[in-house]
Amino acid sequence: MLGIPTQALFGQLLIGLINGAFYALLSLGLSVIFGLLNIINFAHGAQYMMGAFVAYFLLQWAGLGYWWALLLAPLVVGLVGILLERAMLRWLYQLDHLYGLLLTFGLALVIEGVFRNEFGSSGLPYGIPPQLTGSYNLGFMFLPVYRAWVVVFSLVVCLATWYVVERTKLGAYLRAATENPALVQAFGINVPRMITLTYGFGVGLAALAGVLAAPIYQVNPLMGANMIIVVFAVVVIGGMGSIMGSIVTGFALGVVEGFTKVFYPEASNTVIFVIMALVLLVRPAGLFGRTA
Amino acid sequence: MTIARIVVLTTVAALMAAPVSAQISDGVVKIGVLNDQSSLYADLAGQGSVVAARMAVEDFGADKKGLKVEIVSADHQNKPDVGSQIARQWFDTDKVDVIVDVPNSGVALAINQIARDKGKALLVSGAATADLTGKACSPNTIHWTYDTWALANGTGNAIVKTGGDSWFFLTADYAFGHALERDTEAVVIKAGGKVLGKVRHPLNNQDFSSFLLQAQASKAKIIGLANAGGDTTNAIKQGAEFGIVKGGQNFAGLLVFVTDVHALGLPVAQGLILTETFYWDQNDRSRAFAKRFAERDRGIHPTMIHAGVYSAVTHYLKAIEALKGDDGTRVIAKMKETPTDDPLFGKGTIRADGRKIHPAYLFEVKKPSESKAPWDYYNLRATIPADQAFRPIDQGDCPLVKK
Repeated sequence: MLGIPTQALFGQLLIGLINGAFYALLSLGLSVIFGLLNIINFAHGAQYMMGAFVAYFLLQWAGLGYWWALLLAPLVVGLVGILLERAMLRWLYQLDHLYGLLLTFGLALVIEGVFRNEFGSSGLPYGIPPQLTGSYNLGFMFLPVYRAWVVVFSLVVCLATWYVVERTKLGAYLRAATENPALVQAFGINVPRMITLTYGFGVGLAALAGVLAAPIYQVNPLMGANMIIVVFAVVVIGGMGSIMGSIVTGFALGVVEGFTKVFYPEASNTVIFVIMALVLLVRPAGLFGRTA
Repeated sequence: MTIARIVVLTTVAALMAAPVSAQISDGVVKIGVLNDQSSLYADLAGQGSVVAARMAVEDFGADKKGLKVEIVSADHQNKPDVGSQIARQWFDTDKVDVIVDVPNSGVALAINQIARDKGKALLVSGAATADLTGKACSPNTIHWTYDTWALANGTGNAIVKTGGDSWFFLTADYAFGHALERDTEAVVIKAGGKVLGKVRHPLNNQDFSSFLLQAQASKAKIIGLANAGGDTTNAIKQGAEFGIVKGGQNFAGLLVFVTDVHALGLPVAQGLILTETFYWDQNDRSRAFAKRFAERDRGIHPTMIHAGVYSAVTHYLKAIEALKGDDGTRVIAKMKETPTDDPLFGKGTIRADGRKIHPAYLFEVKKPSESKAPWDYYNLRATIPADQAFRPIDQGDCPLVKK
């Protein structure tokens, strides 16, 4: 097809899915936070980066490897998120979206600046866990075991999150609380605490993606800044606040970007933004969004 | 819709907003260090180049000689338009006399023209494109540390000679990558090798898996990385994941800095062959410099770009002292006619086309077991003498050179 062997296309499809897994995981966290708190969390990229750094610190200072990091980094960074929500964000819920966005954007710049100042811009090495090294020979390509793990793990986390929010009683409370917090509170549910924990969870998802990314990319203060712009485009394309929308769009755009790298690599940085512009022209609420 | 619009607008703003810091001051000799201070080239140049320039001024003893020297610095964000704007402001209103460093060939070529138009001086250490002393050569510019021709000649030649005769290029899609690819391709073909394919990736690319897969499919023996900084380290690291080396292919890092090796770690970087014109662990003088430098730049050991900034500023101040004036065109002319001598590069010369001449070195990255201390990374494989390290003056098409 188009001068490229079908086998190579399979490889590129797979790689697109792998990158899509990161987009999905990150945009999922953003969607959860936006859908339930109405906060546009621009610090998400910085929190993703912090996840990777916590993994690095755990290894360097405490000798705890990848599997511990996968568990602990989301908790640590999520806790930082909870403090942030309690100390700053909660004062902004009544105000325009713009305030939350500006606060988190500013925080992201500060956090990234501090890390860059401390650790430089080249990044720090972080190895692939020994259980996941090596690669499968699929005939048409070598699939690194670690990348396969990333896809499967992200998919599980994404679907579990979707299930909790859309199909369980807890999720129903959450959704009800966004529609009418006063009423839900009247039923005896502690809405502020629920919101705090939700923000912590969204931030934890970002940190989890950071740990997953650490062995593939360098642990780099700039890794979030490079990613967050694309992820926001994914969220806008999928529809702000739509959970299934961000998962599907994340994977799909990963694939689109992957193919662009084969057919017209020079445009691989911009293709997602072109799609974003087109989608906004045709469906301003995004592919999966509900028009307000 | 409003929310989507806000996000889109902020996204656009975020794409454009990176920290800008231009310090404004007034002085007699004013040196402007212009480079990437916040992105993928910030460790190999960045604040380290400012530190190196300061050390040069201190070691020159400007104060004792009654010469007032000031250093300002700014971040060009790897954008030629941003860099040009800063350069114009520096030259026009801030009384900056010389701009140094300027990694990123795209930015350097833009400022090369501005310096020439305004009769100011430009000392390039960070940028690589050999066009600065070729088609785009200028009486106001000296290209100090290295260039794409020297890299291709060093690394490219060495690899073809040891059997790496079929190549696939991963090239950063801007002036630098194109120049490095062009110069290396010429070397490969001249030495009897062939180029099986190439792919151009955007600057500051995160994920190289798709490109690596294309390189793998080409079956080329050598995957030539015509990129730098974070792009090179990401490509090599992900290449290990995809079993590039295990599959019988090898990377040629055409521009690898000691900071990149540090970032990769020796287990991944070992065996890489690379060309540099300076390594901190070459002799007592370079080691002493590195020790002082590391204390002032977060423990980072100096790259050849940092060393080049030190050497260039030293020679610049000598020319100012001799001329007792700081007119850009005259200082550059004086610098060209005076032989260079400094602790880091030893004795050297500057050619009419603006090319600073010194030896280049072919290094191989050590195995983890060979490295005795942090930053102990290179074994010397060969020294390329000064008269062979750079493109012969008559082959560059520089209009300043009389045929």
